[in-house]
Amino acid sequence: MAVMHEMASGMGGIRTAGDLVARMVMKGMRIGEAKKYVAGKLGCDVLDLSDSAKMKEIRESLDIGTVNDRPHASYGMSAKIKIAELLDIKIPSVELFKKKLGKAL
Amino acid sequence: MKKYFTRMGDGEALWQTEDELRADVDAGVEDAVKRGKAKPLADDDIAHLLDILMMPEKNVSVERGNEGIHTFDAGTLKIPIRLAVPVSRHTDMLIHERVLCSDTMELCNTDYSYKMVKNIAPEEAMQMEQAQQDVTIPIFYGAMPNLGLYTKPDGQFDNWAELLPQGKIKEGMEAQEGALEQCCEDMVMVSSQQAEAGADGIQFDTAGASGDADLLAALKATKVLKEKYPDTCVTMGMANEFTLGMHGKLKFEDDKLAGQYPRDQVKTCAKAGVDMFGAVVNTNSSRSFAWNLARSLTFVKECTEAATIPVLVNAGMGVGGIPLSAVAPTDAAARVSKSMLEIGKADGL
Repeated sequence: MAVMHEMASGMGGIRTAGDLVARMVMKGMRIGEAKKYVAGKLGCDVLDLSDSAKMKEIRESLDIGTVNDRPHASYGMSAKIKIAELLDIKIPSVELFKKKLGKAL
Repeated sequence: MKKYFTRMGDGEALWQTEDELRADVDAGVEDAVKRGKAKPLADDDIAHLLDILMMPEKNVSVERGNEGIHTFDAGTLKIPIRLAVPVSRHTDMLIHERVLCSDTMELCNTDYSYKMVKNIAPEEAMQMEQAQQDVTIPIFYGAMPNLGLYTKPDGQFDNWAELLPQGKIKEGMEAQEGALEQCCEDMVMVSSQQAEAGADGIQFDTAGASGDADLLAALKATKVLKEKYPDTCVTMGMANEFTLGMHGKLKFEDDKLAGQYPRDQVKTCAKAGVDMFGAVVNTNSSRSFAWNLARSLTFVKECTEAATIPVLVNAGMGVGGIPLSAVAPTDAAARVSKSMLEIGKADGL
């Protein structure tokens, strides 16, 4: 059922901009506002956010994690450090990671 | 007259004409209006719903641009436990991120209640901390308040479900008041460890399952957590469309909890600091899919209009119009998905 919902109405996760929009909805933004905010930060159209071809290019250029791993590409924590800067938000795990390193990134 | 393939609320196949579908849609809307004093769906919404119900495709999807974000309850309980696929919860989260392309994911314990997690809270926090190194999508930690676990013999309080039928109203109310304080403490304790381990969000799932005291425990825990960890999201998934008044007099600030429908539940949750609200409307398995979906949409649309926070509709088995069967038919699930986003104006699921 989860697969059906993802296919029928999901944003598409890291295949598109699903995780980025989710992070803004989690801050209390309604979906339309969250999409506009993320599109503004990415410099793309709102409709591009769920276009996997367009978002692959954008995500690779920003090095913020994609479905396919590539040599030296960021994923997980290293991608989230860039996502926090890109969206201008605090991500709890990034803050914890910085604290562990004992310095600001 | 042409008949369209649809289903009953238990998932059984059903063929209905357009007139029959329309009659069931009208009756479903009317039930929500009658029971919950909800505002009926507009004519254009009903026309859109009928179009979705009569689409010839097996599976349908939203129009481009109408997508919403998806979240999970019992996230890591599904693939490694219920489906018996021998993968770790860490791997499960990566499967969701890179194979299923989920927008978010949830880490959880098999025994899905905060009280049961308390004894293993540090180990659960370690799992979250490890996962956060590898996973890019937001990860929630989730479990249920499950107030019933605080009654004897598992807990220290007398069982109000036994006291109330005996006419011991005062004793039943006092037992709930005591239990909710302990439940709130457990939710804050486990969630605090998760927040400090880097969880992106905390999920209070099936809130209100034991009635208004169960919901109050979750609301009070939310308020504490949002003051301690303002950057950690709290999402509240409800247990049902109507908050049961097992206590009957409990309030969060000035809001009486018993008898609340989604349009009121969402406002009280927002007042407590909840960031995302999970609306629930229960499926009646003896009515048709059309009846259930129309009824659910009536409640949901009113909720999304009243809300100041995002509304993510619960669309698992037996809720949101999804048939009550262990394996939900994909044709029905897809129609619920599309309807909730396009007609209900939900922010996601």
